[in-house]
Amino acid sequence: MTTHATNRIVGSSVPRKEGVDKLLGRARYVDDIDLEGMWHGATVRSTIPRGLIRSIGFDRSINWSEFAAVTAADIPGSNHIQLIAADQPCLADGMVNHCDEAILLIAHPDKHRLREAVNAVHIEYEPLPPVFTIEESERQNVIVWGADNLLKNFLLEKGDVDSVWSGAAHIVEGEYRTGAQEHLYIENNGVIAEYTAESGVTVWGSLQCPFYVHKSLLAVFDLPEDKVRVIQTETGGAFGGKEDYPSTLAAHAALLSMKSGHPVKMVYDRMEDLAATTKRHPSRVRHRTALDHEGRLLAMDIDLATDGGAYSTLSSTVLSRATLHSPGPYVCPNVRVRSCAWATNTVPYGAFRGFGAPQAVFAIERHMDEIAAAIGLDPIELRRRNFLHDGDTTATEQVMREPVILDQLLDRALAESDYHARRARFAHENASSPIKRGMGIAAFYHGSGFTGSGERYLNSLAGVDVTPDGKVRVLVSSTEFGQGTNTILTQIAAEATGLGHEDVIMAPADTGIVPNSGPTVASRTAMVVGRLIERAGLQLVSLLREHAGLGAHYSRADFFAACDRYRAVQGAVVSLCRYEAPPGVFWDDQKYRGEAYPAYAWSIHVAQVAVDTVTYSAEVEEFWAVQEAGRVLNPVLAGGQVEGGIAQGIGYALYEKVLLQNGHMANNQMTNYIMPTAEDVPPIHVYFEEVPFSHGGYGAKGIGELPHDGPAPAILNAIRDATGVRCNTIPLLPEDLFHKLAAGQTVEEATAV
Amino acid sequence: MRGNPDAHELVAPGSLPAVLAMLAASPGEWTPIAGGTELMVAHAAGKLEARKLVSLWGLPGLRFIETSPESIVIGAGTTFRDLRADSTIAAEFSLLARAASWIGSVANQSRATLGGNLVNGSPAADSSPALLVYDAELELISVRGRRRIAYAKFHTGYKRNVLAADELLFAVHLPRRFALHQQYLRKVGTRRAMAISKVALAATASMEVGVVSEIRLAAASLAPFPARLHQTEAALLGHALNPETINTARHTLLAEAQPIDDIRSTAEYRRRVAVNLLDELLLQLQPERRSQ
Repeated sequence: MTTHATNRIVGSSVPRKEGVDKLLGRARYVDDIDLEGMWHGATVRSTIPRGLIRSIGFDRSINWSEFAAVTAADIPGSNHIQLIAADQPCLADGMVNHCDEAILLIAHPDKHRLREAVNAVHIEYEPLPPVFTIEESERQNVIVWGADNLLKNFLLEKGDVDSVWSGAAHIVEGEYRTGAQEHLYIENNGVIAEYTAESGVTVWGSLQCPFYVHKSLLAVFDLPEDKVRVIQTETGGAFGGKEDYPSTLAAHAALLSMKSGHPVKMVYDRMEDLAATTKRHPSRVRHRTALDHEGRLLAMDIDLATDGGAYSTLSSTVLSRATLHSPGPYVCPNVRVRSCAWATNTVPYGAFRGFGAPQAVFAIERHMDEIAAAIGLDPIELRRRNFLHDGDTTATEQVMREPVILDQLLDRALAESDYHARRARFAHENASSPIKRGMGIAAFYHGSGFTGSGERYLNSLAGVDVTPDGKVRVLVSSTEFGQGTNTILTQIAAEATGLGHEDVIMAPADTGIVPNSGPTVASRTAMVVGRLIERAGLQLVSLLREHAGLGAHYSRADFFAACDRYRAVQGAVVSLCRYEAPPGVFWDDQKYRGEAYPAYAWSIHVAQVAVDTVTYSAEVEEFWAVQEAGRVLNPVLAGGQVEGGIAQGIGYALYEKVLLQNGHMANNQMTNYIMPTAEDVPPIHVYFEEVPFSHGGYGAKGIGELPHDGPAPAILNAIRDATGVRCNTIPLLPEDLFHKLAAGQTVEEATAV
Repeated sequence: MRGNPDAHELVAPGSLPAVLAMLAASPGEWTPIAGGTELMVAHAAGKLEARKLVSLWGLPGLRFIETSPESIVIGAGTTFRDLRADSTIAAEFSLLARAASWIGSVANQSRATLGGNLVNGSPAADSSPALLVYDAELELISVRGRRRIAYAKFHTGYKRNVLAADELLFAVHLPRRFALHQQYLRKVGTRRAMAISKVALAATASMEVGVVSEIRLAAASLAPFPARLHQTEAALLGHALNPETINTARHTLLAEAQPIDDIRSTAEYRRRVAVNLLDELLLQLQPERRSQ
């Protein structure tokens, strides 16, 4: 065995590490767990979008002595959730800033008694005027956050945009809008918390980022680090929706536990989860673009606005990623992006797969097709003439030092989808058919890892240890929630140590056991944490060679014998590594310039769409995705990520609409918030080109978010191809397409064929 | 689960006569529950107001499909899965078989009953348009006896019907005279599966040398309850199917349809799509009577 036999485990589709337990029902999700003497908690929420709380009354029909109740006054430490800023209260105190904001918590031994009690708490408000849209917020007639409603803004500048307009051959403008989107993880948010005076707070929960929860609990309870412990239970999906919200829910359950003297479980039902937890930021992006006679980009002036909801939460970093993805995968000498995140009186918008990029990519990739139409160039050719290549400079003046193979990806996508032949066939067939078909494409990148200096600040620590019973354990706070963390990290550790995949296990995602390898977000696990595990594994082998006599060639038995010798002397066999930025990667926070991401994953999507002129519905009939995301660690899992991201992207484009009525989600049930079913998701063809990234785990870059960025523009571009109608807003429901295609026509005019 | 199970009483007397006796003893007190695909959803949302429930699930006297030369009689407790599996329904009442296949999921179809779908009376009910264009009759039962009414007269308003407080829907009678009719049904839902209808249109029709000699039209989600479109039928019946007739029919339907804006769609969309469905139907009609 040697430690450099790559391709041995990395790159093969070993089965999911926890797959059999999930299949056989042995995996224990938080609602499968019952603690001795456990009570159940529920939340009394605001029914108005903004106002002062005048009084909280308890209806006498309920015997309140059976219940525990918690308000902001019961919080021992800070009444704030700790994210980038700390402006969001754990419990509303005197004022509410959105509907469904938590005001009061109650607990009871019998969960069926909670609903009646929640309904028997009467809250009187003095309403204040709310703000619901980006436009209302930026008008600043009503200030609902800070001094000016502005949660965050960025200015990205390259060259001199304003010097270009007068000499440009073409100037094309457009405005593009995206709606909110719900994550719809199968398992709703849920936690169990136990508080004791001796050991502090322990939380078990469905969550992405154990150390984020840990940080908030320290502040809410004013406890030292060793008195708070957060343990991730098996987690049924997250998609970013369990990045920040579990910090709030964990604090709620822990407060009820402190008040009641019992462990407390809080598991949301779907209605509560939909109404009260985070969603994707709605956006409005305006593009003004100058081109020369050949269709080369001369200047891009981009005005990007997001709706952040009532508190700042993650809006600044979502806005940053949106800003950095807004110019698309193109080279342009003059770029200006002005971006703002605005406060409104809705549930705070949060992290969701793509994290600002899907909004930005929708705008630029829809806009590219409008540019192509305006200047009379084929949309494929327009993109090809402007693609980034090796050595080119992005909008932040980052030089593309790694290979950029967009032309190769595009050629493959066109060939695999038979794009030109299909397009020609549909153009012919559409004339005599009530079904109009079209083809659309999108080209895009997704930056892997935290934006800018983020990874330096995170300063992640991760590694491996070896247990006395002969297992290598991966020590990370990176969590599994269906995407494959357990499997790829154990593959990397097995590869690095020269062992079999079965010799490696995950240490529990428990802040009392594992180091902080950072949050499980931002497509960073395979690339950043994977690299740490690769290094830690190789370092372990070196340590064993140096201190425990492990030979150059060794068997499995030799390895564990060396571990035993090492343990006898050192006490434990542990190898930890801390994050080191790739050389030459520098980001200037002040000038908002430099290496925005250490690496980029690249992709071309092609959608075939059919528009039915009887029902005005658009359906995706077939989909092709070609991508380069570095080394593919596990082809089955990577392919699953791509297919799942595209399915979610189809929902984003054509089905999923969050209906707010006076700031409350009115369609907070799965019968009325429409996500695509398996019947609505077409065959998806997935192709990888591999260009290993030397600073990622065995060459990997990020893959999780990339596939959500492209479907919406590809689909709406296909609808334009099919019908000639320009649709710049998603979600695009049949009712919206009806307005575009037929509203205003008489029934005679509207008759198809 | 927002409902509190302790707040409800559920009894299962086990036979149809026993259920009817309970209903007769205290009319209006007990709410019948069959597959529970509607009431349990309300319970989960904490919105089930009925406190006392009497189970019809598994009553042998309610779950049957009987075929005679003149008609097919479907017990109200027959599930949509049962309907999908019946060969006579598939051959002669294919619209009903198709409607059954569109209801919820296979799991829903295995619990949901035809009677439940009709008594619940949603304007969007999947089985209703098909039953209306097949001239279905309903057989109602109570300790006082049985009576039969045309299904078209069953619904009287939004989620209201003619059932007396002590009465149950017993069976649906379908006359076996539609096998040679030209038939049409299209549901426009929010997606391809697990969808509630935004609008649906059903038709049975006969043509004689290009003239509409017989036509029944029924719709979902165009009125407070599933209903025949009598005015639109009248605009077509006895007329040659030419552009003037079609245009008159379209305008009649636009006026006759009374859809609403709700959480799933808009009135304007529903009205226009209904007209498009009518167009699609009329385009498909063959000018001559079908022969065996």
